[in-house]
Amino acid sequence: MMKRTFLGEFEEIVLLVVAACTDRAYGVTIWESVQQYTGRNVTMSAVHATLYRLEDKGFLSSEMGGATAERGGRRKRFFRITAYGNKALREIQHIRQELWQAIPLDKLQVIQS
Amino acid sequence: MKDFDENEHYPPKWVDYILAKCIAPHLVEDVQGDLHEVFYKTASKAGLFRARWEYTFAALTHLKPYFLKRKPSKHSPSPLFSHAMIINYFKIAFRTLAKNKVYSFINIAGLAMGMSVAMLIGLWIFDELSYDKHHKNYDRIVQVMQHQTRNGDIGTQTANPYPLGAELRRNYGTDFKHIIMSTWMNPHILANGDKKFSKPGSFMDAEAPEMLTLDMLKGTWSGLKDPYSIFLSESVAKAFFGESDPMDKIIKIDNNLNVKVTGVYKDLPYNSSFRQLEFLAPWSLFEISSPYLKTMEDPWRPNNFPIFAQLTDRADIDQASARIRDVKKKNIRKEQLKFKPDVFLNPMSKWYLHSTFKNGQRIGGRIENVWLFGTIGAFVLLLACINFMNLSTARSEKRAREVGIRKAVGSVRRQLIMQFFCESFLVVAFAFIVSIFLVVLVMPLFNEVADKKLIMLWGNPVFWLLGVCFTLFTALIAGSYPALYLSSFQPVKVLKGAYRAGRFAALPRKTLVVVQFAVSIVLIIGTIVVFRQIQFAKSRPVGYTREGLITIYLSTPDIHNHFDVVKNELKNTGAITEMAESSSPPTNSWSSTSGIVWKGKDPSLSSDFNYSNVSHDYGKTIGWKFVDGRDFSRDLASDSSGLIINETVAKFMGLKNPVGEDLMWFDSHVRIIGVVKDMIIDSPYEPVRPLIYSLANDQGGVITIKINPNISASDALAKIESVFKKYDPGSPFQSSFVDQDYASKFYDEMRIAKLTTFFSILAILISCLGLFGVASFIAEQRTKEIGVRKVLGATIANVWRMLSGDFVILVVIAFLIAAPVSYYFLDGWLQKYTYRTEISWWIFFVTGFGTMLITLMTVSFQAIKAGMMNPIKSLRSE
Repeated sequence: MMKRTFLGEFEEIVLLVVAACTDRAYGVTIWESVQQYTGRNVTMSAVHATLYRLEDKGFLSSEMGGATAERGGRRKRFFRITAYGNKALREIQHIRQELWQAIPLDKLQVIQS
Repeated sequence: MKDFDENEHYPPKWVDYILAKCIAPHLVEDVQGDLHEVFYKTASKAGLFRARWEYTFAALTHLKPYFLKRKPSKHSPSPLFSHAMIINYFKIAFRTLAKNKVYSFINIAGLAMGMSVAMLIGLWIFDELSYDKHHKNYDRIVQVMQHQTRNGDIGTQTANPYPLGAELRRNYGTDFKHIIMSTWMNPHILANGDKKFSKPGSFMDAEAPEMLTLDMLKGTWSGLKDPYSIFLSESVAKAFFGESDPMDKIIKIDNNLNVKVTGVYKDLPYNSSFRQLEFLAPWSLFEISSPYLKTMEDPWRPNNFPIFAQLTDRADIDQASARIRDVKKKNIRKEQLKFKPDVFLNPMSKWYLHSTFKNGQRIGGRIENVWLFGTIGAFVLLLACINFMNLSTARSEKRAREVGIRKAVGSVRRQLIMQFFCESFLVVAFAFIVSIFLVVLVMPLFNEVADKKLIMLWGNPVFWLLGVCFTLFTALIAGSYPALYLSSFQPVKVLKGAYRAGRFAALPRKTLVVVQFAVSIVLIIGTIVVFRQIQFAKSRPVGYTREGLITIYLSTPDIHNHFDVVKNELKNTGAITEMAESSSPPTNSWSSTSGIVWKGKDPSLSSDFNYSNVSHDYGKTIGWKFVDGRDFSRDLASDSSGLIINETVAKFMGLKNPVGEDLMWFDSHVRIIGVVKDMIIDSPYEPVRPLIYSLANDQGGVITIKINPNISASDALAKIESVFKKYDPGSPFQSSFVDQDYASKFYDEMRIAKLTTFFSILAILISCLGLFGVASFIAEQRTKEIGVRKVLGATIANVWRMLSGDFVILVVIAFLIAAPVSYYFLDGWLQKYTYRTEISWWIFFVTGFGTMLITLMTVSFQAIKAGMMNPIKSLRSE
């Protein structure tokens, strides 16, 4: 088994949300999407902390946008998934798929029914 | 979002402020931006209130370590405590100090003086506050005292009636572990063989050693059970027996009581209320030798004895005090109930510092002096610190280049602050060492003036800890201004040489000078007023002649029994002109009576007259002056029931012609034969007390002698001593001069006066040192300007006026602040004296004028020096 960077469940969701965004992703949109997809109540600080941590670990990169009008002139920090992030997501998906396939048929039926 | 105006509705400002301060700078923009975006969304959807609330909540959840942590700088760090840099700081500091010797001297000397004053006062306060504390039962020992009301005034006293002790023991004993009857700590003659000493000591109940936890060197605490026993203090035992064992030796007290030494205790420390207790004899012995105690007609009436007590461990002092409040009222006769004697307990912790009572209320005591000198000490130290700050800032221009260079090569501000703190620490450390030397040097003098036995606490870690903390603290306080000010210079401006202090740069410095002089002026005015007050009381007419009067206290009846023989023999030698005997000395009044009744006296009026039993010629001896009537006469036998009163008594009785008036004194008839001018017997600050003299034949106890003014006092004393020795071989000869005794009434005030003089001189000295330094820097700073002025025709006087003018204004401001402040405090201080001087305007005038003069002299030296400078020299370098 090759060595991988560990991703927590919430980190994985945030990473996936960034990947899934059609527009350029920044704090507020990511926060809203996370809540939308998971149906959980999440504080914005949790999302911020996760985003920065993912950036520190190299899964995400960020850049500051231009000045805005609607938030007191403050710039937005846009996040983009890095190649390393893509790789990590792929690996996770791969493991999941293998595990799904390993489930015996009778059990799979119970799960899917 | 359309109908929502962003300019009017915004998130709570304080939350934004906290966010901006707390969150790491590289994160704050987008975090805050996101929060704001959500806020406006929520506000337009769910209303402003909800939006604000959610915003606050969301913002607060961001206050986590993750967001607070700053991003590490890309530059190499500038450590605050780098070894190499600190060595460099000290090196530069040493060089600066060595280069500016005058400046260094002024700075270190000023600070050292301030610190030694603070240290001395600190030691003094420590000593005052630890008074009596070494007694192990400190928090349990109490003194029984009483408030008594006389004509509406409540007086407080320590003297109690003889049966009170037994009564407390019998009916209120549960609260007390010990109740100790005691006599006053008076000198008694102790004799063993040929050795005779007059030593102060008391007769106390046998448990006294246990209560006082005397440190027994020989014998045990229970050694006073036998009436014929005595405890000696170590020094007295040494005086009598040297190195040999004092135990079981026989001591004769006052030539009539033979007692056995059953214990020796370590001398009580100087800061104990019992410090004079040099011997301790049993109360039972006192009772045996004073049989009158058992046969008193009304034993509850006279108040004669101090009573001490130790509470049980569980007893509450306030409750115990409340319980015994009425003990005296239950026992005295009905006619004395008008005195309303309230008995109470005064805890040992209040004896020394808090035992001044006025109208039955505790109003303070010596603690006021502790506050007074504590404040003075703090202020003198403040002055010294101000000096330091002043000089350092004045020098800032000199150091500005250095600061610029340091900043240019990469010092950050914190390092510069550190540097200046190191520098100030160095100076303060020097000053601390110097101040310790100063304190050691001044200590003996200070002890003498303050009547203390202070010692340096060399071995006490707390002292050193305090000293070091004190040094650090002073270094911080004194160094803070230069550190913060100098380090704020902008290197670009400073290095271009364009650095000029702004118009208000000198403002803090000026403020400091004003504060300094205000404090000095307050101290000077205070000193003058204290001296004036003493002078005022001293110049009150005394009413008798003190010169050449001596008093001798008798403990034995020998002289009394040969009174006339002794007197004649002394007169024949030519040593004396007159001699008399009395029951109180001329400078004190030991007895008072409430038993005098006169015609037309209001029965509800209580009279409390001091009285003294005197022999014939007493008046002639002390030289009292008659207003009316005549002196006692040997030719009239009826004079044995005659009274001489002072003017105050006559006024109190309200009699137009008091002479010849018949009075009752308890059960005997007496008649006023003379009125004398009021004499100051007690406190010179209080009104004269009513005083009566009666003729008595019994032993008075005090001999007063008028020395022949034609022969020298020492010759006269030698002659008197030889005659006294002949007739009273059992007593050591001790005499005191009345004028000295009288002067001792001013000791307390003199002490305050001397100390404040000492401190105000120091304060002025420190202020002047600082002023001198500041003036020299200002003169230096304006060298070029002065040069130009001189070229254009200014005279030395012009330059002098220009430079001094600034300081004169500062002193005037300081004076305007100090005058009302000092008036306020001194007026309060004087209020406690019935006879008090006025704070007249000339005091302020003289002080203001004097301060101005000193200021001008200090500044002029620099100003004239600057004015005499050759302008060519000062202008050449441009």
